Amino acid sequence: MAVGTLPRPDLVDTRRATGAREGSRAWRKLVRNPSALAGTLILLVVIGAAVAAPHVAPHDPARQSLVRRFTPPVWEKGGNPAYPLGTDQVGRDILSRLIHGARISLAVGVAAVVVSLLVGVSLGLLSGFVGGRIDTVIMTVVDVTLSFPGLLLALAFVAALGPSVLTIILVLGLTGWERYARVVRAEVLALREKDFVEAARAMGIGTPRILCRHLLPNTFSSIIVLSTLQVAQAILQESALSFLGVGSGSAYPTWGQMTALGRDFVTVAWWLPTFPGLAILLTVLSINLVGDRLRDALDPRAT
Amino acid sequence: MTALLIRRLVRVVVVCVGVSLVTFLILQVSGDPVSLIMPEAPEADRAVLRKALGLDQPLAVQFVRFVASSVRGDFGQSFFHREPAAKLVLERMPTTLTLTLLAMVLATAVALPVGIVSAVRRNSALDHVATVTVFLGQSMPAFLTGIMLILLFGVYWRVLPVSGWATWTSAVLPTITLGTFSAPLLLRIVRSSMLEVINLDYVRTARAKGVTEWLVICRHALRNAALPLVTVAGLQFGLLLGGAVITESVFAVPGVGRLIVGAIRQLDFPVVQAGVFMLAMIVVAVNFAVDLLYIFLNPQIRLR
Repeated sequence: MAVGTLPRPDLVDTRRATGAREGSRAWRKLVRNPSALAGTLILLVVIGAAVAAPHVAPHDPARQSLVRRFTPPVWEKGGNPAYPLGTDQVGRDILSRLIHGARISLAVGVAAVVVSLLVGVSLGLLSGFVGGRIDTVIMTVVDVTLSFPGLLLALAFVAALGPSVLTIILVLGLTGWERYARVVRAEVLALREKDFVEAARAMGIGTPRILCRHLLPNTFSSIIVLSTLQVAQAILQESALSFLGVGSGSAYPTWGQMTALGRDFVTVAWWLPTFPGLAILLTVLSINLVGDRLRDALDPRAT
Repeated sequence: MTALLIRRLVRVVVVCVGVSLVTFLILQVSGDPVSLIMPEAPEADRAVLRKALGLDQPLAVQFVRFVASSVRGDFGQSFFHREPAAKLVLERMPTTLTLTLLAMVLATAVALPVGIVSAVRRNSALDHVATVTVFLGQSMPAFLTGIMLILLFGVYWRVLPVSGWATWTSAVLPTITLGTFSAPLLLRIVRSSMLEVINLDYVRTARAKGVTEWLVICRHALRNAALPLVTVAGLQFGLLLGGAVITESVFAVPGVGRLIVGAIRQLDFPVVQAGVFMLAMIVVAVNFAVDLLYIFLNPQIRLR
């Protein structure tokens, strides 16, 4: 029987099915862990707040009122239930500003990672598969990127290009791609001489297709973990940039900028820098918890 | 080993050129430096200045000139202070380096013992507390740590100064802030590299021979766990300098980071370039030193 000449749809189907099963197993592992579950829930709340900000925020985040300024949180003496987390130095509602601030943090975090992924994965594939001089050049660029204090580089370029959300996304994305390039390159190097790649080539499949369909899927679990953790990192970096005064450049509230402005009033109103700072901490912590648990769940060695 | 050394040396040179290129680019992407220096001058005066600064030359020529002068430590005059940019940076460098080193010492002093005990007594109460702390620490923005410390020690208890760099007491809070910034990662690496070696055969053999637990850990396990630690400590240095920028801003410490942040706000690009370049060079130098140390510490390479 000429089995060899037949297409083997059964093989393809099996692989897809295993993939789905692995995915749901990882998901079950994730939610069974209490800290990861808490992280997931907090994240959902933050994402919900960001998406529905204009609808869930109790007040207009930009509305000022000098009569109401420095209202303490509701549980302190002089607190007002209409402003549960108090108001800032010009009387804006802190809770509403926090809810709106979630937008920029999350958008920048995710978008920066997408940029890093695009650059890192393609350069990693190229570096590992083509090798030779291209590999040397790309790995040198990685070395250069690693020797800059990342925050400083981002700071300088955001300032030079003019502060805007897009600049921050690009700069954070272009300073964080090297981890993907390394992982993908290592994986490609380890796999490119394997039999299944040889077989694919013998079947006349072109290089781009081999790279994308046969080699890349092997790096998915590492990439998912790395990018989750990078979202957390990018949010921290964005908040640091805003804190240092080279943020989005707009009047739209961001957590870092709120913390920075609040720092000047810390002696009279502790809640000004504390709540936005805690919002960053909580969000980043949740992402880290989920990312760490994902790492365990997706690592086939740790069962 | 010599071949490896040469390869490392070549890499350092290439990385240095890359660092110069990126630093050079900072000014290029900012638009027109001439209109930053004299925004309202007539075009004729601008042309004179452009020529004087060499900005009328092709980019490649400008880059070569930039590299040549930056090697000599010349980054041009600050747009604001009528002083060479390099001098401004160098004056503040000791402060930044002191802060960074103090933080590194503090972080190591905490992370090393806690990480070791955490690995040796795996799943003990201390290990769990350490793991939770690591998570919290890694998710904590450095400026929040700083502000919380200011609230506690400066506003609530009023025991420590919260800004400046005048006396040794003013170094306490910045050091703790920056130390907490780097300790979690360090602790995590110590723990995991200890865990990797602690159950290996040679460690068990040492125990079986009757070597005391203390010696087993320090002499046998730690020495082998130290290699990845050295590498990470080098990479940490770049991270720490970035953290120093934030810390200096929170506590108004007159260091390079604060200088750069101020210069960025004033669009004083020579100072930004000088600062970024010199800090990056320090990171390169530290990592090269770490590479060398790694080669000499690792008998697998040293004895080949």
